[in-house]
Amino acid sequence: MKTDHKKKVKAPLTVEQKIKRRTFISFGVFATLGTGAIAGWKWLLDAPEETPGITGGTRVPLRKALNKTELFFRNFFSNNHLVKTYNKERAVKTPRVNSLIGIEDDEDFDITTWKLHVKLNSLNSQYISIEEIKALPKTEIVYDFKCVEGWDEIQHWAGVRLSDFLAHFKLEEQAKKQYMGLETPNKAYYVGLERDCVFHPQTILAYEMNGKPISLEHGAPLRLIVPVKYGIKNLKRIGNMTFSDSRPKDYWAEQGYDYYSGL
Amino acid sequence: MKVIKEKHSLLMRWTHWVNFPVLTVMIWSGLFIYWANDAYGISIFGYSLIKFFPEWFYNFFHIPQRLAEGMAFHFLFMWFFFINGLLYVVYTIFSGAWRELLPNKNSFKEAWQVLLHDLHIRKTIPPQKKYNAAQRIAYTAIILMGIGSVVTGLAIYKPVQFYWICWLCGGYHFARILHFTLTIGYVFFFLIHIVQVILAGWNNFRAVVAGFEVVEEQQALKQEPITTEKTKDSDENRS
Repeated sequence: MKTDHKKKVKAPLTVEQKIKRRTFISFGVFATLGTGAIAGWKWLLDAPEETPGITGGTRVPLRKALNKTELFFRNFFSNNHLVKTYNKERAVKTPRVNSLIGIEDDEDFDITTWKLHVKLNSLNSQYISIEEIKALPKTEIVYDFKCVEGWDEIQHWAGVRLSDFLAHFKLEEQAKKQYMGLETPNKAYYVGLERDCVFHPQTILAYEMNGKPISLEHGAPLRLIVPVKYGIKNLKRIGNMTFSDSRPKDYWAEQGYDYYSGL
Repeated sequence: MKVIKEKHSLLMRWTHWVNFPVLTVMIWSGLFIYWANDAYGISIFGYSLIKFFPEWFYNFFHIPQRLAEGMAFHFLFMWFFFINGLLYVVYTIFSGAWRELLPNKNSFKEAWQVLLHDLHIRKTIPPQKKYNAAQRIAYTAIILMGIGSVVTGLAIYKPVQFYWICWLCGGYHFARILHFTLTIGYVFFFLIHIVQVILAGWNNFRAVVAGFEVVEEQQALKQEPITTEKTKDSDENRS
């Protein structure tokens, strides 16, 4: 392979040759990278959908990205970060009703016999009436409710702070688990919440809207108001409460939405 | 005779071409998100002038009912958009390339002359370096718009955790309007940009891929060392 015995003295390239050469190389690289980008995009578009489970409905790489992004942004979460609050006068008179899943599809529901079912462990449960909940200190909030669809509305809610509720009913031990799960009585709608947002001081179990008892379509007798989440997590008509260290079932996470959906 | 003159650095070219498809994906997935609450339009005296967007537009691009998918794409490609933009900004600051980019005190007056020239109203064009005055303004603006999209995006994305950013953007509701408006701005920028690139021609376009442009130098000038300061007033430095 030694060729130094007749090292050819190459004539220096002319400007014209240099231009041609650099143009050729550059556009070659450009086309190669461009083709790679298109191939990568096709790979992402054709990526298989995740196996339905706690989450579902989106492409595997996109779900991985959502989960990774969640971990990154949870670093910025703090219970000292409060949602902006407003005067009561700013609240809308008739808040929007966007979804009735778990409500309109439950004909057996009887509000007079309703009790919150708290699952303590696999064997024991606790049942709490609305009177017991209303007896606790009331927390009010007027804030900008944000829907994942993109609309927002200033609404006025009142109820018991979720952390007060957990303390009063001696559920703090259970609440040390990473997640809380909430379901409607007919289990048609369900959400999972990380411990962080459960203990956020503005998270409440609401029984009043605009100073009056909540209507059925807004989630009577008791609903969740969690201002650090999109509306999809603000479960109406709470039936069951569970605690776990893994993610509980979540209605919209099964349909391609981010599990975290935090604000 | 022809001389090769370096024009665009590798990093500038790289970030330019990465940004193009990434921004396209951001706008595309952003439309999926916007569709779910497509509240914006322009009306004058109560008469609706434009509605964003008409049904045919949504159907043509298969936009309806894809909110979750749009969010998933948007929250992945936002990283590429941010990192790529950050690379460009940091490079531009530390390489000194900002000197050729930022408008100077004459730019706003000169940009007007450039505009008149481009519209064939004025014969001459003010002398320029890498970018003419109009380009300086446009390219600086587009970077500021990119920063604006990141900031307003964060304001909508985490309005509670980044409440101060949200406040800075005029609140959640207004931040969403700004975020949307900036996107419309990109589309207008793109249209003008493409027309200008076509008008400027091959030499100019090649520079954004290969980095150099070819200029005609007079024989007499050959003695002097070639520096980047040496500029020919060509219309070709446009786009």
